[in-house]
This record gives sequence, C-alpha cells and structure tokens, in this order.
Amino acid sequence: MDIGMLEMQPPEKGAAINTLVFRPGRCTNCGMCLKVCPHRVFAPGERRVKMARADLCMECGACQMNCPSGAIAVDSGVGCAAAIIKAALRGKDEVVCGEECCR
Amino acid sequence: MEEGYATEIMATVSQLGSRERNDHLKARIGIDRMGHRVRPGLYALGSPTRSSPVLVTANYSLSFDALRSALPGRNAWILALDTKGINVWCAAGKGTFGTEELLKAVQATDLASKVDGRTLILPQLGAPGVSAHQVRKGCDFKVEYGPVRAEDLPAYLDTGECTEEMRTVRFKLKDRLVLAPVEVRNYRWLMVLMILAAVFVPFYGPLVLALTLGGIFLFPALLPRLPGKDLSLRGMVLGGLLVTPFALYQLLFWSGGFVIAAVAAEYMLMIAWLGYIGLNFTGSTTFTSRTGVRREIFAYIPWIAGMALLGGALSVVTLALYAGWL
Ligand code: SF4
Ligand code: SF4
Repeated sequence: MDIGMLEMQPPEKGAAINTLVFRPGRCTNCGMCLKVCPHRVFAPGERRVKMARADLCMECGACQMNCPSGAIAVDSGVGCAAAIIKAALRGKDEVVCGEECCR
Repeated sequence: MEEGYATEIMATVSQLGSRERNDHLKARIGIDRMGHRVRPGLYALGSPTRSSPVLVTANYSLSFDALRSALPGRNAWILALDTKGINVWCAAGKGTFGTEELLKAVQATDLASKVDGRTLILPQLGAPGVSAHQVRKGCDFKVEYGPVRAEDLPAYLDTGECTEEMRTVRFKLKDRLVLAPVEVRNYRWLMVLMILAAVFVPFYGPLVLALTLGGIFLFPALLPRLPGKDLSLRGMVLGGLLVTPFALYQLLFWSGGFVIAAVAAEYMLMIAWLGYIGLNFTGSTTFTSRTGVRREIFAYIPWIAGMALLGGALSVVTLALYAGWL
C-alpha cells in the first residue's frame, strides 16, 4: 500500500480544487454546458455563460464533451472514483475500470 | 443470449413483474454480475407511432427498467445502446455510452427508416460520454438531454423542458441508501466471515459485525449529520461513536489490566475501518471529483493505516496482558 502511495503523484499543495478551466473568450453562449452539468456549475450570462460554482464540479467531463467551441477544459480521464482508490491502493497511477465494476 | 444489436424492433411494456424485481435484487447484491443486460437495439414501448419520441438508454437491465417503468401508459421508442450491461453514468465515463456507440446503434437498427422524428432524447448523465455536436455531424439525428432521473421524464416529455431541479443530481436519503448494497457487494466475502465470527467469537465478533453494518447502512443514512467535510473523516467519527457503547460495557463489566488496552485497540481499529469504508463511499457518489478523491486518499490513507497499525499493536499488548505475559 505504501509503495503505491509513493508512486502516485500527490495533488500539489495549493492547487485548484479541481481541473476545470473555462475560457470565456471562446464561449458562444449556446447553453449546452448549462444543460449537461449535473451540479449547476455554470450560470447563464448576458453574452457568455459564467462559471459560477466551480467548487461543485466533480470533473465528469460532460461540459467539455458538449461545448461546441472548446471553451471548457477539464481533466476527466477514464475511470470512476472507486477505480482511483483501487489503483492508488494497488500502487498504480493509471486508472482502469474492469468489466466487473460499475454494476 | 444473442450478441449485438437486434435489427428487428423488440416489444416492451412499462409494467415490471416479479422476474424484474428478482433480477434487480440480484444485480444490487452482485449475483451474476455480468448477466443483467437486455439485448441492445430498438424497443417499442406500448404502441409507438412514427412520431413518438426516441429515448436512449444503456443495456443494463436496471437502467432499461428504470426508464420503461417511469413511463406507464405512454408510447415511445427506446434505443438501448450496447454498454456491455453497464449503467449510463459509468458507461458514459468509460465512453461505452458514447458518441460512437450511439452512431453505431442508430445505424444498426436503421432508426431513420423506422421513425419520422430526428431527435434522440438521452439521459443527462450520459453527457460525459456523448458529444451532441459530433452526433449531429455523424447522422441525421440531433441529441437532446433529458432529465437526470427517469421519474422526471413524463414531465419533460409533456413540457419539452427540464427545470433546474430535474437537471441536478441530488443526494437525498434514498439516493444515499442505494449505495449501501454496493458496499455490501464489495465486502461480501468479508461479510460472510464476519457473520461467522459474530456467531462464534464472543463480544468481538458482534462488535466487528455491528460496526461494519453501521458503516455500510448508518453511514450513508447519517451522512449529512456527521461532522467534517471529508467522507473519511465522517466515517471515522461514526466509528468512534459506534464503538463507545461497547467500550463502556467493557469498562463497566470487565476487569483486569488488559481492559484499557483492549478498549484503546478497538477504538483505533474501528475508527480506521470506518474511515476506510467512508473513503470508499467517496468513490460511489456523483459528488466527488477525481481531484477530490485523490486528495482524500492522500490525506487519509496515512492516518487510516497508522491507526490500524497502532490498533494491531495494542491488540497484541491486550492479548499479552490477558494471558499474563506482561
Ligand atoms: S465537468 Fe461535469 S460537473 Fe464539472 S462543470 Fe463540467 S459538467 Fe459540471
Ligand atoms: S457549451 Fe461552451 S459555448 Fe456553449 S455556453 Fe457553454 S461554454 Fe459557452
């Protein structure tokens, strides 16, 4: 277990609470992110949306996938949180879900 | 069962019977884990016309059944993607409920020739895997994201709109408690051992079983009332609380120098154990980000491991004291 902890990169001190990045300049106000975000992270705005509650983001990646203008980036990667725990405990940095999980 | 998309339309109803309930129970506790799937393809729910809505879901029987049972008395098309029997949310995370699979399903079922509408209604929680604008490019259909929960579908179909409420995941008592069976399943062999231990090992057997069940069922139920921000910490608090009656009993009714060491050992071990169970719950909610889980792992695993080691050492001391070696 301890070996795994060493191999996996710990989150940097003082780093943002998550990896969500919004580039307002690219936003065309299409409203897709408002629809797909399950945590209401984005809020409607006059000419572009606002990233209103970034701290609620759980990095599902839905907004990035569905933003047609590439205004949102988030590191969602593969694997659910349960798999991250498993990977960390097994000492692997890369996270894979088996066929068996998520049922 | 036959593999791959069915080319013919299959019929289904919204009523669930005992066969489905049996299947759901098995799925929840992890019996026949790979078996809970329906044939991928196009289903006619009730008697849909060419202009009835097309709803997309996963071919996991729980997802499929949740969808059709939410639509009593309605006629609709259901397109079940081949997600290998995995639910919408997890499959979207892996990409099996995704743009490519959706395009494949549309083609394999020849959907365009069977319906007149050109809109596919997807569950919102499938959005991490599907790119609506890419689907648009890849076929004649356009994607609309419906509500998070199937129960809101009738309202959505009637109004064509989702309220903020319908677009947000929530974590009410019911939503938290469905996580409990997942945990039971993860620990099922351990549970069997614990139940045996509870029968054969006096005091400690029941203690461990009670604490574990407490972790699995009480933890999600009491979650909002437990102090602390992180789930691990809240698990630890619950562990401490639940051990206390056992510890009091020992302090009151047992005597000998070993009792103090025994109580200390239990506190350490059980706080660590419930902290670990709490940490695992982090992974099964739709609330924690990967960054957050990672942070929690790094923050708590050292504590959990440390307490477990200390608890183990104290157990040895307890034994030694009890046997009179010290
Ligand atoms: S990654 Fe998911 S939770 Fe985070 S802002 Fe995007 S849609 Fe919302
Ligand atoms: S999806 Fe992208 S372009 Fe559309 S409103 Fe959101 S950020 Fe702006």
